[in-house]
Amino acid sequence: MIDVDIEQRLNGFELAVAFQAQAPVVGLFGRSGSGKTTLVNAFAGITRPRRGHIVVNGEVLFDSEHGIDLPPEKRRLGYVFQDDLLFPHLTAEANLLYGFHRAPGPARVIDPAHVVDLLGLKLLLRRFPGALSGGERQRVAIGRALLAQPRLLLMDEPLASLDVLRQNEVLRYIEQLRDDLHIPIVYVSHSVAEITRLADTVVLLAEGKSLAVGDVDDVMGRMELRPHTGRHEAGAVVETTVAAHDLGDGLATLRFEGGELIVPNVEALVGERVRVRIRARDVALATEQPHHLSVLNVLKGSVVAVAREDSPIVDVRLQVGSASLVARITRRSCSDLGLAPGAEIYALIKAVSIDRRSVGYA
Amino acid sequence: MSSEEIGIIGLSLKVALASVAFSLPAAIFFAYVLARADFPGKTLLDAVVHLPLVLPPVVVGFSLLLLFGKHGFIGRWLAEWFGIVFAFRWTGAALASAVMGFPLMVRAIRLSIAAIDQRLETVARTLGGSRTWVFLSVTLPLALPGVVTGVLLSFARSLGEFGATITFVSSIPGETETLPLAIYSLVQTPGGDSQALRLSVIAVILSVAALMVSEWLTRRARGAMQHHDRR
Repeated sequence: MIDVDIEQRLNGFELAVAFQAQAPVVGLFGRSGSGKTTLVNAFAGITRPRRGHIVVNGEVLFDSEHGIDLPPEKRRLGYVFQDDLLFPHLTAEANLLYGFHRAPGPARVIDPAHVVDLLGLKLLLRRFPGALSGGERQRVAIGRALLAQPRLLLMDEPLASLDVLRQNEVLRYIEQLRDDLHIPIVYVSHSVAEITRLADTVVLLAEGKSLAVGDVDDVMGRMELRPHTGRHEAGAVVETTVAAHDLGDGLATLRFEGGELIVPNVEALVGERVRVRIRARDVALATEQPHHLSVLNVLKGSVVAVAREDSPIVDVRLQVGSASLVARITRRSCSDLGLAPGAEIYALIKAVSIDRRSVGYA
Repeated sequence: MSSEEIGIIGLSLKVALASVAFSLPAAIFFAYVLARADFPGKTLLDAVVHLPLVLPPVVVGFSLLLLFGKHGFIGRWLAEWFGIVFAFRWTGAALASAVMGFPLMVRAIRLSIAAIDQRLETVARTLGGSRTWVFLSVTLPLALPGVVTGVLLSFARSLGEFGATITFVSSIPGETETLPLAIYSLVQTPGGDSQALRLSVIAVILSVAALMVSEWLTRRARGAMQHHDRR
């Protein structure tokens, strides 16, 4: 449980954030300059808020009213920065164990051997940071933070300095440690794809304020927040279970309550939970069941809301079984089809539109 | 080499080593403060630390005499309470050398501390390291090349120290007569030229040796980080 309510002024920037969140992964989402890093630094005790409190799992880290301000080394929050910031004079192994040796004995529940295994670091241990690739370095940095036995893992854009290939590699490892170690994670990013893939609860930041807190698909799908979540990125997240793999065609069937999706590029095994992000612009609508179509996914649902606005493009919010979807269509199509809340509808999603980055482990 | 010459070299090395050993902790402290802290009066402190670099050495020696001499303000107190005497002792020569080499040492260490990414120290704090531990385990090892350079500069400065030493502790054979002082007095003595030359050659050898040792140490200290550049 994270309970934050702070006000802070830093170099003319005003931060006033309040939220409570309980989730394995809390996403802090916002554009650059929205105050994400300032907030995380206040968490870690690197900067001091002017007023307020920060409580993590019942442990008061900061409380201006009671004069509590734990120094960074007493907060026991693992901080993973944008850059790996490994100690250049120490081997990967010595880097990993830096915090482990400082952690109080009884708190040492995360085992070095386990972390080495989990993050695939076995062959890197004796090397110096300079001899590691960007992805390897970031993995060592994550392992180092974990072995300090943190109450909470703070990750500030941990993929920002990596290329796309490395991003996927590291993302996979983050998903694994989330499922394996049960340490709550605050994951900071300006990437909708990363947030929706990893987070359960999202805090939307804009201009130093928390605009919304809630379920990822809920907040990211809310239309009035679109100026902050980003227009072209609008979409919805569907939580599914892998039902079958068609190895011949390389397609997987993902099942959720009230529907199925057929999707390529799924690595997860049958029975595993997978979340899929479907961009609003990849969803087409029909009022009758279409036939003789290349589109593999035709889902029956109903219209929940139609965004009213003066632009030629509108977003239509749909309910398909347990899943919420957003379809981005022209205003003309919307009026031609006579879409209104409650109308029965078929959502058409090309399997091809769901790429590797849209699918993550749940 | 005559036993007299060996005595002079031994004394010079003793004075230089003592001056480096005792000024190093203070130099690291002031280098860290000047590189990292921000406080009113920082410019003044910076100026005071650098003063021996710009003052005539004779003035430094005279100031030391006033402060640390037998009747000096600090000297009297030190002699009374701790029995430490600087005046006309080899310890005084070491003190004069330390003061003269101090700005060089602080400067080298300060530059290398300022070059360290401060976020490395921040990470170390979040990993549970106290301020002191972070300094010892991250800052100091990363500043090591600068520390080695500072030690060498100060050591070399000490071997060559003349003006402040002769003003403060005079030139007493066997007690305060270091290499440069001995060379000077030989040059002043009729027929002492050849001996002065011998000592001068020894001074050159000592300086070159110190330089080589420091090069070797610096390379060792940078070993891990050179690794860093070899991607």
